[in-house]
Amino acid sequence: MNPQESVTITPLNYSVHSALLVLEDGNIYVGQPYGAQGATTGEIVFSTAMTGYQETLTDPSYDRQIVVQTFPHIGNTGVNDEDVESSKIWVAGYVVRDPATQISNWRAQRSLDDDLYKYGIVGIADIDTRKLVRHLRSAGVMRAGIFSGDALLDNDGRLKRVEDLLDIVKNSPFMSGANLSQEVSTDSGYIVEPQGEFEGKEPLYTVVSVDLGVKAMSPYRMAERGCRVHVLPASSTYDDIKALNPDGVFFSNGPGDPSTADFEVEQLRKVLDAKIPFFGICFGNQLLGRALGFGTYKLKFGHRGVNQPVQDLTTGKVEITAHNHGFAVDAPKGEPVPSPFGNGHYGRVQVSHIDLNDDVVEGLQCLDIPAFSVQYHPEAAAGPHDAAYLFDRFINQMEQSKQLRG
Amino acid sequence: MPKRSDITSVMVIGSGPIVIGQAAEFDYSGTQACRVLREEGVRVILVNSNPATIMTDPEMADATYIEPLSVPILERIIAKERPDALLPTLGGQTALNAAIALGNAGVLEKYNVELIGASLEAIDRGEDRELFKKVVEEAGGDSARSFIAHSMEEVEHIVNDELGYPVVVRPSFTMGGLGSGIARNVEDLHRIAGAGLHYSPTNEVLIEEGLEGWKEYELELMRDRKDNVVVVCPIENVDPVGVHTGDSITVAPVFTLTDREYQKLRDIGIAIIRGVGVDTGGCNIQFAINPRNGRIVVIEMNPRVSRSSALASKATGYPIAKIAAKLALGYTLDEIHNDITETTPASFEPTIDYVVTKIPRFAFEKFPGADETLTTSMKSVGEAMALAGNFQESLGKAMRSIDKRHAGFNWDGPIPSTDEVASLLETIKIPTEHRYLQLMRAIWGGATAEQIFDATKIDPWFIDQLMQINATALEIRAAEALSPQLLRKAKKAGLSDVQISHLRGLGDQGEDVIRELRKNYGIRPVYKTVDTCAAEFDAITPYYYSTYADETELKKRDREAVIILGSGPNRIGQGIEFDYTCVHAVQELGKTYDTIMVNCNPETVSTDYDISDRLYFEPLTFEDVLEIYQAELKLGPVKGVIVQLGGQTPLSLAARLKAAGVPILGTTPESIDLAENRELFGEILEEKGLNAPRYGTALSYDEALKAAQSIGYPVLVRPSYVLGGRGMEIVLEDSQLKEYVGRALKEAQADRVVSGRLPSPLLIDKFLSDAIEVDVDALYDGKELYIGGIMEHIEEAGVHSGDAACVLPPNTLSDSQIKRLRDATLAIAEGVGVQGLINVQFAFMSNTLYVIEANPRASRTVPFASKATGTALAKAAARIMAGETIAESRRLGLLLPEGDGGDIRPGQPVAVKEAVLPFKRFRTEAGRTVDVILGPEMRSTGEVMGFDRDFPHAFAKSQIAAYETGLPTGGSCFISVNDTDKRQLPLMAARLIELGFNLYATEGTASVLRRYGIDVQVVDKLTRASSDSDDMKVVEGHGSIGKNVVDLIEEGAIDLILNTPSSRTSRSDGYSIRAAAIAADLPQFTTATEFLAALMAIEAVKSNDYEIASIQEHAQRLHELDARE
Repeated sequence: MNPQESVTITPLNYSVHSALLVLEDGNIYVGQPYGAQGATTGEIVFSTAMTGYQETLTDPSYDRQIVVQTFPHIGNTGVNDEDVESSKIWVAGYVVRDPATQISNWRAQRSLDDDLYKYGIVGIADIDTRKLVRHLRSAGVMRAGIFSGDALLDNDGRLKRVEDLLDIVKNSPFMSGANLSQEVSTDSGYIVEPQGEFEGKEPLYTVVSVDLGVKAMSPYRMAERGCRVHVLPASSTYDDIKALNPDGVFFSNGPGDPSTADFEVEQLRKVLDAKIPFFGICFGNQLLGRALGFGTYKLKFGHRGVNQPVQDLTTGKVEITAHNHGFAVDAPKGEPVPSPFGNGHYGRVQVSHIDLNDDVVEGLQCLDIPAFSVQYHPEAAAGPHDAAYLFDRFINQMEQSKQLRG
Repeated sequence: MPKRSDITSVMVIGSGPIVIGQAAEFDYSGTQACRVLREEGVRVILVNSNPATIMTDPEMADATYIEPLSVPILERIIAKERPDALLPTLGGQTALNAAIALGNAGVLEKYNVELIGASLEAIDRGEDRELFKKVVEEAGGDSARSFIAHSMEEVEHIVNDELGYPVVVRPSFTMGGLGSGIARNVEDLHRIAGAGLHYSPTNEVLIEEGLEGWKEYELELMRDRKDNVVVVCPIENVDPVGVHTGDSITVAPVFTLTDREYQKLRDIGIAIIRGVGVDTGGCNIQFAINPRNGRIVVIEMNPRVSRSSALASKATGYPIAKIAAKLALGYTLDEIHNDITETTPASFEPTIDYVVTKIPRFAFEKFPGADETLTTSMKSVGEAMALAGNFQESLGKAMRSIDKRHAGFNWDGPIPSTDEVASLLETIKIPTEHRYLQLMRAIWGGATAEQIFDATKIDPWFIDQLMQINATALEIRAAEALSPQLLRKAKKAGLSDVQISHLRGLGDQGEDVIRELRKNYGIRPVYKTVDTCAAEFDAITPYYYSTYADETELKKRDREAVIILGSGPNRIGQGIEFDYTCVHAVQELGKTYDTIMVNCNPETVSTDYDISDRLYFEPLTFEDVLEIYQAELKLGPVKGVIVQLGGQTPLSLAARLKAAGVPILGTTPESIDLAENRELFGEILEEKGLNAPRYGTALSYDEALKAAQSIGYPVLVRPSYVLGGRGMEIVLEDSQLKEYVGRALKEAQADRVVSGRLPSPLLIDKFLSDAIEVDVDALYDGKELYIGGIMEHIEEAGVHSGDAACVLPPNTLSDSQIKRLRDATLAIAEGVGVQGLINVQFAFMSNTLYVIEANPRASRTVPFASKATGTALAKAAARIMAGETIAESRRLGLLLPEGDGGDIRPGQPVAVKEAVLPFKRFRTEAGRTVDVILGPEMRSTGEVMGFDRDFPHAFAKSQIAAYETGLPTGGSCFISVNDTDKRQLPLMAARLIELGFNLYATEGTASVLRRYGIDVQVVDKLTRASSDSDDMKVVEGHGSIGKNVVDLIEEGAIDLILNTPSSRTSRSDGYSIRAAAIAADLPQFTTATEFLAALMAIEAVKSNDYEIASIQEHAQRLHELDARE
């Protein structure tokens, strides 16, 4: 029971100066335009992170998603060129309560508004974001659209009816079944050379990172551990990977439904067959799950934030982690099981990490081949650095494998 | 990793009396800890000297000792109770220090008591400057850079080539920071470092990088024994480094850091909690960040729960103290549930979708002459917190929560002139409690964001928010009509109905107009849940805040509700005692009703979300309370609102709430007025044949003079409607009266003074000299009177009852005097029409009974009287307010079954309440402590209770509990008494000599003693050089040893001081003695009566035969005494 005695703005009370957020289930929010004006549609999801809006916006995993920020004040520290996770803003739309009118940070180079305009990101501000998030939490994520400016007018310059806007939302694509890797991936390969204390030195390891929507911090975390990272497009075949003679292969995070990524899974199986050390993050974890023969499924409203408690089941320790996933791997927790694919073809597999909030599988560890993955973001941009040890684990795996090979 | 099985009993140490910097938050954390430990089946032994706490309620622990936190007494409790472990991290620095002292004294080892929460080594690493610096370095952090210099050349070289301005200069090896200071330019540097090099016995100064103006942050962290660490909450200080975080406006979470920068703080913080070795529990780490380049400097850490952790708990809904207690028992974070969601674990980091603002409350008006500049030493006495949907709204709510006239922004009158803006821009460079109001005026007058930043170094984002508030305010002022859009915008900018009314030129009265307009437009606040997770999961806990948005999250109720209004921010005169009474009402009424708590003080137990059925963290203003009442009315029946238990704040809302249709439970607003209105109350007294001191009222000096002369000096002068005796003074002569009225006129300026006349009258009373003052707390149900306690003041009348020490049962009153007190209390309760609690202050002068005043509400002494008599007065009061009889509370065991707290039972233990005063905190601009004479103005921040078999032992305990040093058992005593006290002098002096003290006295006192054959050493007298100067000159005494007493105090040659002031001049003469004694932490007495008590107590201290009994044992004994009668 929620007596909503104070709702005074009816869904019909809007003008050409308003922005409308239209959910596919017919819920409508009237607010102020933010960023670019126009129309946009996508899957509406919420992030509970209180910091890191710049990283969120430039994370390719948010491709085709409208992101709601639960933290009310967004844009306070402006935007800089250091904290971007890719070359552009990926979100399909942006929903905030109270955008900053003054930026303040010694590293700020411009305002967030500037970048939203520049990349044509349609947003909406000044709505009851908590009400929206509570709704998404109970109804689940869904399609939505943001409309402002001319997008609110029909050809005759009259205000469009909400029914018309709702139709646009209902005709937009679903996230389930979407194959987006190619859409977000780099067109051509590039190399990230060793960084930090290893800068300018001969690389210790060579890693091939398959870009399924990779965040800049992932190759950087490997590079600062002495790796040379070849970032390849999502369309790369096993032969392309093998040609670089890597010590390890990394599958990145990325958007879309993992059940559509048959091509990538096929390449991954060849990597596993070749016993090349493998590490996957997020989408990469889902693909390892599928390569091993597990299913994947869509979560009701996903995990998006930087405060999720994940337990490493091998040590019992809890790490606070950054998450951005709407899908998860369906694998049995507890004792190791033979990989379902090929009836134990890849030996035993163990669920290595779980989310303590809802017991969702957050990591897989192969016991008989050098492969592991996590559903969350140890590269942590934005987010806490508690899980950075996983990059060390990958390095160790490559080192062991190197020694075995002699 | 489950709970440890080797711990079956734990001793918890509380934080003792409320002092500045250590307040009610430790009752909150201690209460949480005790509850958790008991739920876990652990036997809890609690020690705390502060009776006005929920944690010392008998049901909170298995054995509760209201005893001093000194090593000998703690050792005796340990020997008796033999706890397995000691948990010292929940009682502030006091408990930590007590644990260190027990460790150093070998007590913990002797009785095999394990320190849990933090080891002695960890405490040391957190507190020792050098050790901590090393930990910080290893954690990858930076400390403030510093260099040692031995000459001015070296000093200049360091500043010019290494650090730049400002720098902090700290001379080495001087006492109490003598000679240290901040140098902002070369003149400062020469002056301060020059003096520092001179003062330092090794001619050495430390030159430290000044962080003034840097951004300041705090992190609250938790760690468990499996090394899991979480950051519960980051806090950003709006006031940059230079203002103590307790005195700053602070916000949660962080607003002006990117994720990269925030994560760096988090990484360093986690490395520090590990490096220091806080095994289980919480810690607080403070950081400074250079706003120009982002350099991070770690300022300090506290390896325990703190004021900030209480704030963080209330800000996020994550109960740090509760979880710290569980971790101490061996649980790990992932094994503990988050109460708020019930489905997710505590091993996560809260994320919030609202803005939290905390504002300090100051009490400089209590300390005339004190320097009001805010510095790195905390001066505020309380705080209010507000939650809202955005920063502006939360700031506005927090400012009105402060509950002080003129504490919020206003745009009354003409726009500030360019000259005023220029002068304001200078003024705001120095942080004071008024800075934000001045800053807003400057913005109103046209100051730019850059100018404000240059003057204050407040982050531009916050300045922009303030400028937006100003713009909205001016838009409202200028608008032709208030449109719904504009009114909504105003509410989102945090403006109250009163503020909007003023902006529309409607004054205070227009508030009702604005409210009606809002209602017509349908602009009402909604209530959102504090859920630790930004709505990601469903919240179970009913912890709400208001905001102007669309959706309200309140749920329907089945039971009838009672709304209890809390007391708001702690202040002198209205502190933790009132939270105690509110919590009791919640606990008791919760058995029958849904209890709804409204309060805005984050330090308290009442704002713990699992105390009441529903918690509204809201300002206690008419507007906010009325909205809550009306919102609740839609959710289920509301029986009414209780205004009697939260002190003056809710009481002052009673009449308006009633007029707005809100049922007030208990004593009616009309009855409240009967007690508070001088004339009406006078009529009642007359009707009942009771005496009151003669009095008059005055609106101008002439009227005051006439009244004073007809009453006869000395007179007590005060403004009407006061709490804690604000602005009271004992006036001895015409010239002092003139000064007082002048001051009152000056202070009242904002309230429209017309031709030298005050807007509200001054009350002038006959001051009762040499009278015995008595406080009576009583319950009245309309038929029966139950005396809660009769408390006899130890000091004579004239010392504010909040500052006076008092004793229960009364020390010297006869049966017939007690009967007269009882009869008078009944007559007043009847005459006023009390239903619930009443406190009456009486005085016996020459055995004539005078009624000084009556307060128809809970008083400060209710917790003390309850604990001393083994009853629950506030719980009974709540039942009476809900319509029950006293007889029913007797039956329920809340009150004594027979008789009452006014009876003196043979064998009854004696309880002494002593006040704790904050004089050390307050210094004049010249750096001296403010004067410490007790008077009619209340200045104590807290209290302790000494409980023992007789008065001397109980009084001795109260002194040990109130002052770390306690009472000396030998050494030297300095005596200087006024003429009135000289008759009692010889006996006191003789007793001192018998006890083994050497005596020093000034010439006049010595001369009297010589005539009695008592030889003392004569010291020089200090007196004011001239009447208009505070400089002192030395007057050589006849036969003097050639030193004055200040010299002796500074040499450490004095152990005890009796110094009773008489006239105004000798008051100021005594000032330098009192100031020196404060600085040296010496016990000093300014009244002869209390000194006599001290003399008896010294004997008790010497024999060291205190009775160590828990209050549960005391209560049992009281009941047996009952049974015998």
